[in-house]
Amino acid sequence: MGSRSVGAVGSVFASLILLLIGVLAFSIRLFSVIKYESVIHEFDPYFNFRVTQYLSKHGIYEFWNWFDDRTWYPLGRVIGGTVYPGLTLTAGFMWWLVNSLNIPLSVETVCVFTAPIFSANASWATFLLTREVKGTGAGLAAATLLAMVPSYMSRSVAGSYDNEAVAIFALIFTFYLYIKTLNTGSLFYAILNAFAYFYMVCSWGGYTFIINLIPMHVLLCIVTGRYSARLYIAYAPLIILGTILAALVPVVGFNAVMTSEHFASFLVLVLIHVVAVAYHVKRLLSPQMYKMAVMFVGMVGMAGAITLGVILVTLVAASPTKGWSGRSLSLLDPTYASKYIPIIASVSEHQPPTWPSYFMDINVLAFLVPAGIIACFCPLSDSSSFVVLYLVTAAYFSGVMVRLMLVLAPAACILSGIALSEVFSTFTRSLKYQAPLTVESQGSQDMDPSKMNNLSVNSKLGEHSALGEHSSDKPEKNELKEKSSKRSRKKEKDKEVLLKASESDKKKRLLGLPFEASAVGIVLLVILGSLYVVHCVWAAAEAYSAPSIVLTSHTPGGLHVFDDFREAYAWLRHNTEENDKVASWWDYGYQTTAMANRTVIVDNNTWNNTHIATVGTAMSSPEKQAWEIFQSLDVKYVFVIFGGLVGYPSDDINKFLWMVRIGGGVFPHIKEPDYLRDGTYRIDAQATPTMLNCLMYKLSYYRFAEASMDGKGYDRVRRTEIGRKNFKLTHFEEVFTTHHWMVRIYKLKPPRNRLRGRAKKKAKLDVKSSKLTSSKLLPRKNPF
Amino acid sequence: MAGAAGDVKALFSSLKSAYVATPTKLKIIDLYVFYALCTAVIQVVYMALVGSFPFNAFLSGFLSCVGTAVLAVCLRMQVNPKNKEFKELSLERAFADFVLANLVLHLVIMNFLG
Repeated sequence: MGSRSVGAVGSVFASLILLLIGVLAFSIRLFSVIKYESVIHEFDPYFNFRVTQYLSKHGIYEFWNWFDDRTWYPLGRVIGGTVYPGLTLTAGFMWWLVNSLNIPLSVETVCVFTAPIFSANASWATFLLTREVKGTGAGLAAATLLAMVPSYMSRSVAGSYDNEAVAIFALIFTFYLYIKTLNTGSLFYAILNAFAYFYMVCSWGGYTFIINLIPMHVLLCIVTGRYSARLYIAYAPLIILGTILAALVPVVGFNAVMTSEHFASFLVLVLIHVVAVAYHVKRLLSPQMYKMAVMFVGMVGMAGAITLGVILVTLVAASPTKGWSGRSLSLLDPTYASKYIPIIASVSEHQPPTWPSYFMDINVLAFLVPAGIIACFCPLSDSSSFVVLYLVTAAYFSGVMVRLMLVLAPAACILSGIALSEVFSTFTRSLKYQAPLTVESQGSQDMDPSKMNNLSVNSKLGEHSALGEHSSDKPEKNELKEKSSKRSRKKEKDKEVLLKASESDKKKRLLGLPFEASAVGIVLLVILGSLYVVHCVWAAAEAYSAPSIVLTSHTPGGLHVFDDFREAYAWLRHNTEENDKVASWWDYGYQTTAMANRTVIVDNNTWNNTHIATVGTAMSSPEKQAWEIFQSLDVKYVFVIFGGLVGYPSDDINKFLWMVRIGGGVFPHIKEPDYLRDGTYRIDAQATPTMLNCLMYKLSYYRFAEASMDGKGYDRVRRTEIGRKNFKLTHFEEVFTTHHWMVRIYKLKPPRNRLRGRAKKKAKLDVKSSKLTSSKLLPRKNPF
Repeated sequence: MAGAAGDVKALFSSLKSAYVATPTKLKIIDLYVFYALCTAVIQVVYMALVGSFPFNAFLSGFLSCVGTAVLAVCLRMQVNPKNKEFKELSLERAFADFVLANLVLHLVIMNFLG
């Protein structure tokens, strides 16, 4: 609609605004670099960074064949065949490009800024998608909203070098090309669409969302009688080409045709052919002949369908995974993961979200979305039904996993953009046509109360909101956005002028609001938009920019920086042998390999549950058994993360129950109730002896009581005094503890060779005595 | 029963008479689609008899046939004068798109084959 009415001047303005939106999307994500420094964040990004380094150093062929022996010792990991290579290849290509242009950027710099660059791309893709659905105005509004939506920002600040950074762009762009193909029926766009889908498959496991959402939409169109040749052209080539392209990606491979996640698309492919033939035959035959044909085919087809169903069921049963993968299953049944797969449930981003997190992550968009849905239904088209379907499914999935809020954010932005642009154009239109419409508007009000209701809903919602491009100017990027807002206002006026030509027939539809109401409405919209911007900027600056390897706290004395992680990794890098093995809980595996360059036992890839359970068992066993387990894995150093001294809550003691659960899942002699006193997890004097004796407790609290100020050993995270103080380590020795005690590194003592002759007896005795200590000796120390 | 058979006969004859009226160009495309589908069926039968061992070979062979058929159907839809949606699309443009799509498809297939 809008795209046709905007003239040459308008399109120049639109492209300028788009440029500014890109700048906004890029620059709002730089808070992390300004407030902290240009570093890679968190856990997974370190792995991606290491892979990119390897790629840039050794070239792409070496990359595909890379067997990494510095992780999952002694198993190793085939990196080339188990990563989604999209992000790495993108950053590697960008690095190669700038270097061949003689711009000497380091790999790390390129990696840090990949996410902001791609979020600018994502907001442009959003513009394109929304323009296909509802015109240029809505597109610009949606793009502005997406440029700073907190949910997306949380995954794409500078330094957050993770798959999602690229994948969200790929997701939106794939949807855009699908809608474009659907609207034009051009085979050319269908091919581009398949390539966009390929890029998405390369970059993120979330591609299954696309390969299920698009068939769902096709099915919806068929069921509602909206089948057209364009739908066929948009769908069938995409599935055929997309399937082969997906199979080209090593990590997907034959899964593209073998797992149930993809079966829906094949089923719909068969269905669309049946429907296509039916429509074709219908056109060839006379109506009564067609009816007869349907009867005839119906009888034969019923038998055929039954056999097909049987074949399909057997196929599903015969497929290697017997259905769906764990993560997908936990999407369909939210309780699945917590029941069967503790390793998936243990990751905090796989938990269901809380209500405040919706407000935090999409803010006012949550209120605008319903208005957007109404606007999509006003004239329902294939493309607007797609957007609504996208929103509904994404809203469901975001309710299952916090992490999938990220998929919801673009949908919410698109629909809110549509809502804002509709509300704004209604307001400005009624301002403009106020004078000639006063008489007629009353008439139209009487005539069409239902429409009026709709509108008042819109405007009420609108009062809680504002048009992104008008509002974004106020607090922060004032100069940049001031221009864009003026331009968009001008553009609106241009539109109005064009509308004037067809005024006579439009008049009926111009639901003129009173002048004052619309003026107040616009003001309120702008105010609420500014609130959104303020919230987004706050989220960017305060909530989502922390790199989590460098922590800060505000004290009366000023900013205090905790740089313990890098301190520890640097110590490992400089003070240990190159081939030493370092054990820790899996969260820190990627960082250890990337920053300390030492071999680790388990890492964040979590592909081998047994291996992780072994480490979990070691951490929850008494010292002696733990030493034996680590010795059998050839481990030299063990480190734990300890936040008790400075009050860092996500330390290993707080994660410890997951280690017990995961360890106990494979080795049944580790039992969770042994670590709980009456069902509560505690580390004070009333903790169970098993807990007070396990390796994790000892490594965390070794020397803690002596070193703490009052000598009592007060844990500032658990807010309690620790249960066991002044103990000695027999099989481990402390080699390094960082400045704030956040990382404590221990070395395994070498096996004693003095008592070689009596080693066996001694070992037996030791086992017995350690059992004794755990069961009998300690309760005596215990006040109970 | 005889009535049903007669109905079917009438149905087929009317289908035939309706189909005879289609332009020759479209008939050629139909033949092409038919040929591609036959090849696909032959491959599936062969796979069922001999086994699917080099699975990527079977997959690329089968998908190349099906893909060819699908693309040809797309072309047929675009050049069919009865389809009002594609009036602005010229014959040449439709054919160029078709060739491009086939090129891409078979490049990908060749890549997957090896």
